[in-house]
Amino acid sequence: MTFLVPLPVVMPLLGAALTLMMARKPRAQRTVSLTVLTATLVVSCLLLWLSTTEGSQVVAVGGWAAPLGIVLIADQLAALMLVVSAAVTLCVLVYSIGQGMADGHEETPLSVYHPTYLVLTAGVTNAFLAGDLFNLYVGFEILLVASYVLLTIGGTENRIRAGSTYVVVSLLSSVIFLTAIGLIYAATGTLNLAQLVERLDALPDGLRLILQGMLLLAFGIKAAVFPLSSWLPDSYPTAPAPVTAVFAGLLTKVGVYAIIRTETLLFPGGRAAAVLLITGLLTMVIGILGAVAQSDIKRLLSFTLISHIGYLLFGVGLTTQLGLSSAIFYVVHHITIQTTLFLAAGLIEKRGGSTALDKLGGLAKLSPVLAVLFLVPALNLAGIPPFSGFIGKLGLVQAGVADGGVLAWLLVIGGILTSLLTLYAVARVWNLAFWRTPHKSMPSGRLPALMVAPTLALVALGAGLTFAAGPLFDVGDQAASTLLERSGYVEAVFGGGTR
Amino acid sequence: MTPNLVYIVVIGVLFAAGVSMVLERSLTRVLMGMILLGNGVNLLILLGGEAGTPPIVGLGPDEEMADPLPQIMILTAIVITLGMTAFLLALAYRSWAMSGHDEVQDDVEDRRIMQLAERDQGSGTDDTDHTDAPPPADAPPPTDAPPPADREAAR
Repeated sequence: MTFLVPLPVVMPLLGAALTLMMARKPRAQRTVSLTVLTATLVVSCLLLWLSTTEGSQVVAVGGWAAPLGIVLIADQLAALMLVVSAAVTLCVLVYSIGQGMADGHEETPLSVYHPTYLVLTAGVTNAFLAGDLFNLYVGFEILLVASYVLLTIGGTENRIRAGSTYVVVSLLSSVIFLTAIGLIYAATGTLNLAQLVERLDALPDGLRLILQGMLLLAFGIKAAVFPLSSWLPDSYPTAPAPVTAVFAGLLTKVGVYAIIRTETLLFPGGRAAAVLLITGLLTMVIGILGAVAQSDIKRLLSFTLISHIGYLLFGVGLTTQLGLSSAIFYVVHHITIQTTLFLAAGLIEKRGGSTALDKLGGLAKLSPVLAVLFLVPALNLAGIPPFSGFIGKLGLVQAGVADGGVLAWLLVIGGILTSLLTLYAVARVWNLAFWRTPHKSMPSGRLPALMVAPTLALVALGAGLTFAAGPLFDVGDQAASTLLERSGYVEAVFGGGTR
Repeated sequence: MTPNLVYIVVIGVLFAAGVSMVLERSLTRVLMGMILLGNGVNLLILLGGEAGTPPIVGLGPDEEMADPLPQIMILTAIVITLGMTAFLLALAYRSWAMSGHDEVQDDVEDRRIMQLAERDQGSGTDDTDHTDAPPPADAPPPTDAPPPADREAAR
């Protein structure tokens, strides 16, 4: 069944080519995109099932065996990320189709939208499946270039202004990543992750630390870790709602995924653990303080996005199995919830005419559906008990307490504080936008069903994670133990070959 | 390959020049900086592989072949840099067409919130309920700050 492994990359790319050729037929474009992303979701689910029951699925592209050729590997972590990202991209696509229909495609040139969106998906899946450092770089570039186009779509003044910041920062991180790749190749003579496992261990300590630091720096920019995060709230909110939603859900998490992958596989032993923990703490606290100060819902959500990246670093930085598996659970939770919240913000914009808090009011009365669609994921993000956010945070806190170090305790405290401040931030949005009496009459009108349905689906998925928390934690746990063992990964690549 | 001083100096100069250009405000200069940096990185990758005869079977003894992998990686990187250059040029041109300059600007909303903080005002109208007071009374003062520009007009 290994032929399934390249499909999540190949199908969206083919779909992108097809939709590009159909530039003048929006209906056909929509059909192709929907089909491709649904198929990607099905294949990803199959891969998750296969990687859980049969072990990592490996394919050597072009039939060239492991150290020579490029390897795509779907272990449990990669497959889990694939499933979540495919579900999210599919929902956002439906949402954007609904929005495009409702807005009468006046602003966005839809002929470019579909191919670019599919290319973005291909980049994300390629980054998840890459078993080779250079292929990871290519995956990043694919998704970044697609994201540049999506962010500046329509070419309005605002988007160009925000887009130039985003593009320059991303380019810089790519240069750093590529430099690190060049140095790693010079030092070890390979870029295959499985082969690097042995060869990096043989390098002198100082050199390894430099390589590790460069990779962390590059991925830290992409993941919006605190000192490197100020580009995010500037650029994301200017894009159309569905684009912001998919960026918020996926792009930073690809950076986090790369951090998890390299920190566990290439540089085990937690030499950067203190750095990860401290930056994680700063990201959490400073991010959420930024969110509290905002007066625009989309910007506020961008800051909560940064803040909650800190939780992921917390889990990774602990370098224990419980920490890692909680972080993996938290990634799944956070991708779903953050995307949902941005979609809900899009709906607020649609219904209330703006996302500025001082212009909104009384939405709960006007549109009870919208109120539910915002409130449930908002409480979920803050970590109110029955929801998955609570379970993820509980896992992280347990892992932190089990670790017992001073830093770990600091992070536990910081994590709880951040959770409370998140609740404050979203409660502020709730009070201002949904509860108080509006000072001017809100525009009337109904929300398009095609925008509500995917948001509802994601809200349900986010809430449903609570019910699936047991099995999901098991998968996360297994993935974490495979990550920490490392030998499983190496065996899968070299032993499996072209099965 | 044995380290070659000329290479290393050239790489250093390219990186230094690239970094100083990237620090500029104008997008066109940033672009040139990126190109320089990209070339520096490409040379760096090239330095990482063995030099030798062309890596084609039959042209020379196997042991003396150059390492083909860095060259392939550089080709890929060049293609990516080319695409990015085209995109950044288009972006700079569009920026110039829309606003008369191609400068990478600050976060407008961020500055607005900082101004509010300096005047010791909250960013939202947190305590106000518009049933209690007429809106002009306690709404934030008619902002002399620029309107939050990163917000799309209501559609």
